[in-house]
Amino acid sequence: MTTLIILSLLGVFVLAEGILKKKSWQLPTIFLGLLISLFATIGSWNSNAHFYNEMLIIDNFAVAFTALLIFITFLIFMFAGIYYAAVQRSLDDIFAIMIFALVGCVIMTSFGNLIMLFIGIETLSISLYVLAGSHKEAITSNEATLKYFLLGSFLSCFLLFGIVLIYTGSGSFNLAVIAQYTANNTNHLSPLFQAGLFLMITGMAFKIAIVPFHFWAPDVYEGTPTLLTAFMATVVKTASIIALYRLFVCGFPAIHETWETLLWIMAVLTIIVGNFTGLYQPNFKRMLAYSSISHSGYMILAVIAFNSRTANALLFYSAAYSIASVTAFGILILIRGTKGNDQFSSFKGMAKTNPLEALCLTIALLSLTGIPPLAGFMGKYYLFMAALEKGYLWLVILAVLGSAVSVGYYFKPIITMYLKEGNGEKFVTTISYKTAIIFLSILTVILGILPFLMMDLL
Amino acid sequence: MITGLLIIFPLICALILFLLNTEKWIKIIAVAGSVTQFLISAYGLFLFTTKCNCQLLLYLGSAENLGISLRFGLDGISLLLVLLTTFLIPLIILTTIQHRYRNPSALYGLIMLMEMAFIGVFSAYDGMLFYIFWELALIPAYFICAIWGGNDRIRITLKFFIYTFTGSLFMLVGLIYLFFRTPLPHSFDLHSLTSAILSSKEQAWIFLAFFLAFAIKIPIFPLHTWQPDTYTVAPSGGTMILAGIMLKMGIYGLLRFLLPICPIVMQNWGFIIIILAVVGIIYASIIAIRQKDLKRLVAYSSIAHVGLISAGVFTMTEIGLNGVVIQMISHGINIVGLFMIIDRIEIRLKTTEISRLGGIALKAPFLAVFFMIFLLGSIALPMTNGFIGEFLILLGIFEYNHWIAAVTGITIILSAVYMLRMYQQTMFGEPVELTSNMKDLTWLEALPMIPLVIMVFWIGIFPGFYLHLAEPAIKEMLYFVHG
Repeated sequence: MTTLIILSLLGVFVLAEGILKKKSWQLPTIFLGLLISLFATIGSWNSNAHFYNEMLIIDNFAVAFTALLIFITFLIFMFAGIYYAAVQRSLDDIFAIMIFALVGCVIMTSFGNLIMLFIGIETLSISLYVLAGSHKEAITSNEATLKYFLLGSFLSCFLLFGIVLIYTGSGSFNLAVIAQYTANNTNHLSPLFQAGLFLMITGMAFKIAIVPFHFWAPDVYEGTPTLLTAFMATVVKTASIIALYRLFVCGFPAIHETWETLLWIMAVLTIIVGNFTGLYQPNFKRMLAYSSISHSGYMILAVIAFNSRTANALLFYSAAYSIASVTAFGILILIRGTKGNDQFSSFKGMAKTNPLEALCLTIALLSLTGIPPLAGFMGKYYLFMAALEKGYLWLVILAVLGSAVSVGYYFKPIITMYLKEGNGEKFVTTISYKTAIIFLSILTVILGILPFLMMDLL
Repeated sequence: MITGLLIIFPLICALILFLLNTEKWIKIIAVAGSVTQFLISAYGLFLFTTKCNCQLLLYLGSAENLGISLRFGLDGISLLLVLLTTFLIPLIILTTIQHRYRNPSALYGLIMLMEMAFIGVFSAYDGMLFYIFWELALIPAYFICAIWGGNDRIRITLKFFIYTFTGSLFMLVGLIYLFFRTPLPHSFDLHSLTSAILSSKEQAWIFLAFFLAFAIKIPIFPLHTWQPDTYTVAPSGGTMILAGIMLKMGIYGLLRFLLPICPIVMQNWGFIIIILAVVGIIYASIIAIRQKDLKRLVAYSSIAHVGLISAGVFTMTEIGLNGVVIQMISHGINIVGLFMIIDRIEIRLKTTEISRLGGIALKAPFLAVFFMIFLLGSIALPMTNGFIGEFLILLGIFEYNHWIAAVTGITIILSAVYMLRMYQQTMFGEPVELTSNMKDLTWLEALPMIPLVIMVFWIGIFPGFYLHLAEPAIKEMLYFVHG
């Protein structure tokens, strides 16, 4: 709860700085505020508090994921300086909206009530509609926001309608009550309740961008300014999956069989479609969009196979995925900034001109592929282990095949960087940029070598 | 203790190498580091006794929730393979430093990184550690082949990577599945894995999952298609490492994991695999006869030889496994020797096409003699290392099935056919225009070959030392099979 208050105040504060024309204060304020909220979050570990009639439940699950989301946002802001270096005007609105989106994400990790879930998702979505269109001069950005807004608001209705139908069955928005209701009526659920469940799955699947509700994602990701794409692909993605996890694991564990098959199919489709389509993308940004789609498929494994391990597996996986993705987006920002586009040909000869950046990107992509001893491998391994413990052998085999396919596109930039000669043009980077990507790469390696640092939390 | 040092030391060398800039120092550190590593492993051999089976243990604790225990150890077989690795790497580096590669710090750093991964694979006493090192070896291998390789390297190395990566992913699934069948508390510890309770159907699936990974790495027919291209395109040092050491990982995996974990399936399906292996020997030999390029010819000959080794594994007789251990080492030595010679020819004449060569023996007699020795070792002439290994394996196959042994015995003639033809066409006759100015080996070039030659004869004449080292480990493996 303190986290929410601190973050909301931080957003307002950043806006105020814009009014007072203190542009140089913005990023330091944000870093400071995020750090304070991070510490406040960690401080509430083991408190198990709940607020407003269990509207918000701050259990360890919520604390861990909130801390993760704040941390990743922090990482993304590390690239804000270089990304907006050329922009003269004050950026208080964009930064403040990002922080408000983060507030929505935090609510999504800790809701105990369907109303709170909806509020969280809407806080997030509305912020994102604005952020997607924040590059007003670019037609792609306008296209992205329009697409996202039309579809997003439409699918929000599905979600809301689903919540209402679930209310008709269970008579409550409270997750614990709903869980009680489903446990008592496992075999004779009302059709309205079931319809509500599937509507909710549809709505959530859209927000996460699971196949077959993923079509908006590549276009929106491509049109959105890169820094905000990084935010969408990591923080928002993680928050949505956590919300799905919390919803199903706390709300409908008793009727696992009803939604299991549906999610099973969607997960497999997501992994297959995400990975195979990823092979045919013309540029790095779209490739990362498909990478994020396929990774959400892996993360859904945790929801399907929920058991004592999966919460932690999900935490580890989303941390590994987000860190690696932020690195990749960081490099993308650099390349777009210098070359003006992100075709794979822009990576040519990068190993020679910028060996450090090339190495960091390689580590990130290898981690996303799932090569030991990097964090991505440990995440996959832990997730597969959790799924196999519940006996989802075929699901894991298909996921593994998807991983093998993903080599095809993750290696494209690596091959271009190391094996193709470029024109020798160097990418100019700053010290802070270098520090940021080195920090991220070290995190990826450390999490891979010492996974137990994050393994026994939940 | 010594095991931990063997793993850490190459890693430290690799990190130092990555940071160095001057080519001279890079080469000095690479050679010195790899030689020191060999000395460390030799000290390990000194500490090793054959009285009890598992030795030189290192236990660094375990991660309960992950089921991984950081347990390393060396028994006879792993020690021999570690020695092979540490013995070959300095020689390979000595050959490689005579080339001028761009970005040498990365090249030698990656080689040392690979050495670390190999030692990890050969000494891991935990399934997941084994897997991690197994995959770790692949990354440097890929980059060495892809960055310093020849024509069309991008496509070929990516194929190599995807092939082997896919195989190992199935091993990962098999491993995790196995994990949940181990007695409580679940663990990837080797001891725990071998005492897993499996129905015969489960054993079959686990066998398939593991076998796919190992068979691709070895490679066993028909999963070999990545191999000739990769060997041809890789830089010579990379080819030597791939052929000399990396494929031993697959055979080692068969011995270390499949034999104890799925003995029943190994017995039931052994016949099919042996047939597959023999078909592979004949197939690869016939293709080898038709090859026009030295590198490709040796690559196909390697498929034939490792086919025989894998057939030896599946006989599951003591004598066959003895042969497998000896032949793993012999093959490593011979193939590295052959590729060294080919490398010397290529560096002088800029080609390895057989039809353009000829009469080298007259111009470069030392080179021809060394070539002959490795070649004869490879053909398995008595008194050379290849003979001991192949003979023992054939004896093992004979014990298993007379008819297969007869067929396999005949295939050995094929290896003489393609090897001697190659030798005749490249070395004998009058020097052609290209070879007319060829220079003989310098001392520095001959230096890495001399230890190899010594090994060819040492193993060929006194194999007892090596057999003795591996004996307890083989006995223990067979205990899982025959009880």
